[in-house]
Amino acid sequence: MARLVLCSGVMDSFTPIASTLGGTLIGTAAAGLLMFHGRIAGISGIAGGIFRRQPGDVTWRIMFLAGLFMAGVLGSWFYPGAYRVEIDRTSLALIAAGLAVGIGTQLGSGCTSGHGVCGIGRFSKRSTVATVSFMATAAITVFIVNEILGGAV
Amino acid sequence: MKIKVGAFLGGLVFGIGLAVSGMTQPAKIVGFFDFGGSWDPSLGFVMAGALLVYAPVYRAVVKQWHRPIWASSFSLPTRKDIDWRLVSGSALFGVGWGLGGYCPGPAFTSVGARSHEALIFGAAMLVGVGAYQIFTRLREARIEETATRDTSPVIDG
Repeated sequence: MARLVLCSGVMDSFTPIASTLGGTLIGTAAAGLLMFHGRIAGISGIAGGIFRRQPGDVTWRIMFLAGLFMAGVLGSWFYPGAYRVEIDRTSLALIAAGLAVGIGTQLGSGCTSGHGVCGIGRFSKRSTVATVSFMATAAITVFIVNEILGGAV
Repeated sequence: MKIKVGAFLGGLVFGIGLAVSGMTQPAKIVGFFDFGGSWDPSLGFVMAGALLVYAPVYRAVVKQWHRPIWASSFSLPTRKDIDWRLVSGSALFGVGWGLGGYCPGPAFTSVGARSHEALIFGAAMLVGVGAYQIFTRLREARIEETATRDTSPVIDG
């Protein structure tokens, strides 16, 4: 019975086909940036470079992030459910999380896209170590939030 | 001009991919790491789908191409060493990712979707990114200045 409940829990939210399809779109965009621009599609790296203000190296970064932003504008017209937030977080928790992601990705030179997709796709040892590191601490954080703090912070 | 349009289209396709894959829903990120509750393996399928396209393209391009289509050379990471910055920075990122349910890509695109949570998270994230980069630039400038001062007697002598 417990097994059945666990299985139905997985089935509720699991989206294998949409997630694989969306993943191939992400991979295609990253491959396009490599083929046309010769760059790694790491979102934190693209954002961080704006603040370094190297001449001729800022506009494409802003345009890429503008594309990401516009995808959200269009996506929320067609399917607002894709952006729903069903976890219980206070503004303070969101600010702390945002700061940790902002500083952490710059110190660690990458995020899920730069290390997790592009880095592993390049068979980079650094990116593999980074991915294991952020996956491990994300799992520990979720365990603490869900199992010890009751799911709301 | 074409580089700007190309970068915009790249971000657009990337953002649509994030929404289709469910990565703009923080509950699906938290669900991937929630082994004790109702586990949602979707994130693994997103990464597999992305790697399925990216890994073979990367291999073919770096082996056979001398330069990208619109640029004179590739700008790819060259570092191979594993240092404490890489490990601890990534560890800090993971804490924020598990806490907020957003990584940088979904945060940017969800702000476009007018998500209140993403806006708070994203603003704090940009503060973190900007503060780190500006601090690093100032420190590098100071080190450079010190280095120039130290070597000047040698040049004179």
